[in-house]
Amino acid sequence: MGAIQKLNEPVFDELKLVRAAKAGDIGAFEQLVHRYDRNVFRIAQHITQNREDAEDVVQDAFLKAYENLKNFQEQSKFYTWLVRIAVNEALMRLRRRRPERMVSLDEEIRTDEDSMPREVADWSPNPEQLYTQSELRDILTKTIQGLPSSFRTVFVLRDVEGLSTEETAEALDLSIPAVKSRLLRARLQLRERLNKYFKKRKSGDVKQ
Amino acid sequence: MNCSDFLRELTDYLDESLDARTRTELEEHLQWCHNCFVICNTTKKTIEIYRDSQLYELPDDLRTRLRTAIVAKCQHKKA
Repeated sequence: MGAIQKLNEPVFDELKLVRAAKAGDIGAFEQLVHRYDRNVFRIAQHITQNREDAEDVVQDAFLKAYENLKNFQEQSKFYTWLVRIAVNEALMRLRRRRPERMVSLDEEIRTDEDSMPREVADWSPNPEQLYTQSELRDILTKTIQGLPSSFRTVFVLRDVEGLSTEETAEALDLSIPAVKSRLLRARLQLRERLNKYFKKRKSGDVKQ
Repeated sequence: MNCSDFLRELTDYLDESLDARTRTELEEHLQWCHNCFVICNTTKKTIEIYRDSQLYELPDDLRTRLRTAIVAKCQHKKA
């Protein structure tokens, strides 16, 4: 009965929800799931690059969060703590799927040269308009999948999900300089790879 | 500021977390270096296009199914 009453009250304060969930209120935890399931799914799919794995990661990450709520110290945001759990679950699945390749956020990063801009060409004023919605999604998906997972993860948390540099560092257990360095390389590599699709066409060029 | 310095500061510049002096130096560099100007613009566009693209949205039916499963598992753990 108590739980139902709590659910009927609009509880917007996240910490209140977390504390209620800690006290055993599953309805409060469900509200936290509702708040963040889409973000966790996106992050999981970006890392695992597999829909089924992403679905499993969403379930396992929230279940793990629920089981370990008592260990959440409330010094960081609940979301950052949840992302940390989700990233670890996703990396574990990626390793399982690709045992031949060591997958780690600490994987060896090649020299600066792999991120140095090679082709400098301005893009069309509205590159999105060169392609249909689904062509564009294919291009963006293929391009980001080509990045090393350590770069991809930082880019997704920072630039797609909008975590701060500090939150990203906390969620990935990396130093702030490491986050910044990977973010720069991820951004530059993506830019370089998107160049061939988005660069200004000379007159006479025909769209594929 | 030269082109290597520009690249090193690019991420902080795009995130608007550069100190005022470095920011001014970088913007002066962009005024005369066309290559860095293009790299800056296209990198910014890269971020925007991914941020706006909504890749991997969670469909409503899958969302409901996942949430139901999560709540059921939590209830099971609690019991």
